[in-house]
Amino acid sequence: MTDLIERPTTSTPDEGGPSNVDDGHHSDHGDHHGPSGLLKWLTSTDHKVIGINYTVTSIVMMVIGGAFAEVIRAQLVSPTSTLVTLQQYNQLFTMHGSVMIYLFVGPFAFAGLANYLVPLQVGAPDMAFPRLNALSYWLYLTGSLTMVLGFFVSGGPAAFGWVGYAPLTSAINAPGAGADLWIGALMLTGFSAIFSGVNLIATIFYLRAPGMTLFRMPIFTWNMLVTGILILLAFPVLTAGLIMLYCDRHFGTHIFEVQGGGVPLLWQHIFWFWGHPEVYILALPFFGMVTEIIPVFSKKPIFGYKGMVFATLTIAALSLGVWAHHMFTTGAVLLPFFSIMSLLIAVPTGIKLFNWIGTMWGGKLQFSTAMLMAIGFVATFLIGGITGIYLASPPLDFFTHDTYFVIAHFHSVVMALTMGAFAGIYFWFPKMTGKMLHEGWGKAQFWLLFIGTQVFTLPGYLVGLHGMPRRMAVYPNNPSWQTLNQWESVGALLIGISTLLFVVNVIVSYRKPIVAGDNPWDANGLEWFTSSPPPHHNFTSLPPIRSERPVWDYNHPDAPALGHGHHEPAAAAAAEKVEA
Amino acid sequence: MESATPLTDSPDAVTPVRQRRSRRRAILLALSAPLILAGCQLPSFGAYGGVSKTGTDTYKLWQGFSVAAVIIGGFTFLLMIFVIVRFRAKKKDTSLPKQTQYNIPLEIAYTVIPIVVVIGLFAATVVVENKVVANPSPQASINVTAFQWGWKFTYPGHKAYVVGQTTQTPTMVMPADEDVRIYLRSADVVHGFYVPRFNFSRYAQPGLLNVFTFNITKPGLYKGQCAQLCGLYHSLMYFNVRVLPSDQYDAWIAQQDAKTPVVNAVAQNGAIASQISPRVPTNRAQSQGAN
Repeated sequence: MTDLIERPTTSTPDEGGPSNVDDGHHSDHGDHHGPSGLLKWLTSTDHKVIGINYTVTSIVMMVIGGAFAEVIRAQLVSPTSTLVTLQQYNQLFTMHGSVMIYLFVGPFAFAGLANYLVPLQVGAPDMAFPRLNALSYWLYLTGSLTMVLGFFVSGGPAAFGWVGYAPLTSAINAPGAGADLWIGALMLTGFSAIFSGVNLIATIFYLRAPGMTLFRMPIFTWNMLVTGILILLAFPVLTAGLIMLYCDRHFGTHIFEVQGGGVPLLWQHIFWFWGHPEVYILALPFFGMVTEIIPVFSKKPIFGYKGMVFATLTIAALSLGVWAHHMFTTGAVLLPFFSIMSLLIAVPTGIKLFNWIGTMWGGKLQFSTAMLMAIGFVATFLIGGITGIYLASPPLDFFTHDTYFVIAHFHSVVMALTMGAFAGIYFWFPKMTGKMLHEGWGKAQFWLLFIGTQVFTLPGYLVGLHGMPRRMAVYPNNPSWQTLNQWESVGALLIGISTLLFVVNVIVSYRKPIVAGDNPWDANGLEWFTSSPPPHHNFTSLPPIRSERPVWDYNHPDAPALGHGHHEPAAAAAAEKVEA
Repeated sequence: MESATPLTDSPDAVTPVRQRRSRRRAILLALSAPLILAGCQLPSFGAYGGVSKTGTDTYKLWQGFSVAAVIIGGFTFLLMIFVIVRFRAKKKDTSLPKQTQYNIPLEIAYTVIPIVVVIGLFAATVVVENKVVANPSPQASINVTAFQWGWKFTYPGHKAYVVGQTTQTPTMVMPADEDVRIYLRSADVVHGFYVPRFNFSRYAQPGLLNVFTFNITKPGLYKGQCAQLCGLYHSLMYFNVRVLPSDQYDAWIAQQDAKTPVVNAVAQNGAIASQISPRVPTNRAQSQGAN
């Protein structure tokens, strides 16, 4: 491409390889550029520090949201349980959904790992706008605290579900500061996401190293580019809707209230116009992570690289036209249009799935924890994807909407994403810290998480088909739902224990560190060409970039050239002129 | 058809009679496949059979989707398991596998085949959907109003009404084998009118009238409840539907009319109205009302 920006950090491979990066910066990364210790974490604009801040904060949020889930599942063990009151139950599932969706899954992926990895993968010294990046993080942290603060105000936190359907959110129906804190938290994290999106797009378009054309970018970076674009298209709509909601509550604007001429249904349109692209804003980063991981542990390049990119673009385009499939039972949307658009998303998603399988086909698979988590992601996502196809059909949605079938469907999806998150953590933790995570604890965590997820979701599909609506604190009229609910609770418990194993693993790995080295997995992207953790401005040298896996090419100069996609290895490429 | 191919194409000496017989068997099999798919031999895949005309159609659509899901999902799962078992790295084998990246015909195949499947699913969806959302001219009508946290059922042209909230579960009475039109409204927030056995639910929304039709073929008592979160007592917002043979229904409604003095009906409805009046929507859709 045309972005041959000269940077002092970039040099030819003759002048230096990974080893002298190691010597120069391994021990003192960052300190000569500013304060150290706590002050460094508070004041840094380094994308790696911010990325770790984001990652750690979002995992703390996952633990908090998970704790809410465990209480919810404990309540549902019996049809007439009184562990929590009805109001507390409504607050718990509202905060569970809000924390997980707004504060964990998204920020972990598009702001945590992406912040850390995208500049490294494109060979840049930092994000395009480092201070804006810091602002993103502080807005996110403030928003997260604002959300959780709901528990400490009179009346407690919001209790209208994470989707906040008007007019249940009105000043009459949801009085108190909890609802306002919920709105404020979403605005803050919404702006944080928008700034992250701007930063990702600018970084990917303007800071790529010489030789890294768009079609040589790692798939993770590709997916983050598309995610960034989706964020810019979707998040401002949600933020606007939240401002309207706030005005309704406090200034009597009657936008979502019938008396005064407002339209409650408008909220659902606004919310889902953000909400469905949001599903892919959440999913695409994890698709990207898995697409980085599976090739490395199959010892092959990603199968169908370009197909993968076009599948991502297609998913993103379609995802902007499917929002009303969340509203089939309103009786007020055009059913066939939103049905076919939703069904069509299965096609690019299927392409991705077959590409992952195609990558493993003929490979030599190594089942590290990262690979197991990635395969667990694919399997669980397959279940969530297939059940999603049912929900795209309005007549089938009519009797599964708002039941546990839907709950099970999207928990299959988000639990798959959680496995993708852990795949990413196990894969890049060595790069971020210079230490390996313990494989034994990791595999124990994987099996508990994978089995727990299926034990949790599969009974949910059945109890949903038996007619159990979501958001039931008690179900005294239907004691027959109890057994399936108890199985779900067992699954949730297993998932909870698996998270504890992860915490143990981190502690063990810090107590008895195993040094990772620059490139422990024989991996592909530029992030593996620098030290672990990378120095302040990431690189002292870069390899020639002639494919989407420059570091692999550099380390395997004798590998035969590939037929398609500019896949000449480094040795052959050295003779070739640089594409501009 | 597929099962016939290896037999008829087989180079082995097969007598013409046997060949014909096997071909006939194959054709029979091919012809019966849709019958098997459409028939009652399919498992329920967890769903209710549906006690209404459209509920039964929806159930068949569910079965069709499930067959597709089992075939495609099963194929993909088996493929994954095969790949995981077959291509595990052997210990101490550090050599690289063949570096393959593209197989265009294969990629086109797994793009085009899903598109064809999706179009098929969509076609089936549209056929059933048109039946489910159709509103044939009704033989009876019921106004359903959802409110926090209960239901009110009134019968246009009759004095009869049923009202109840949370602990006193109200029962909507309706005739069997007749097209019964439901006018669904909400007095306050969004509720969900959901009867699992009818394979149907619909939002009750403030300021919006929803109209749909049931034709219940099997008399009985069915449980229903609010499916959309509506506040504190959402979990307890139950109702029942009692479907009576039409003569019994006529008797029931005549009895209700007789025992409900006009004053009482107005008072009862008024009581409910005043209870929910601060949030009773007053827009066009509501006032078009009972017709």
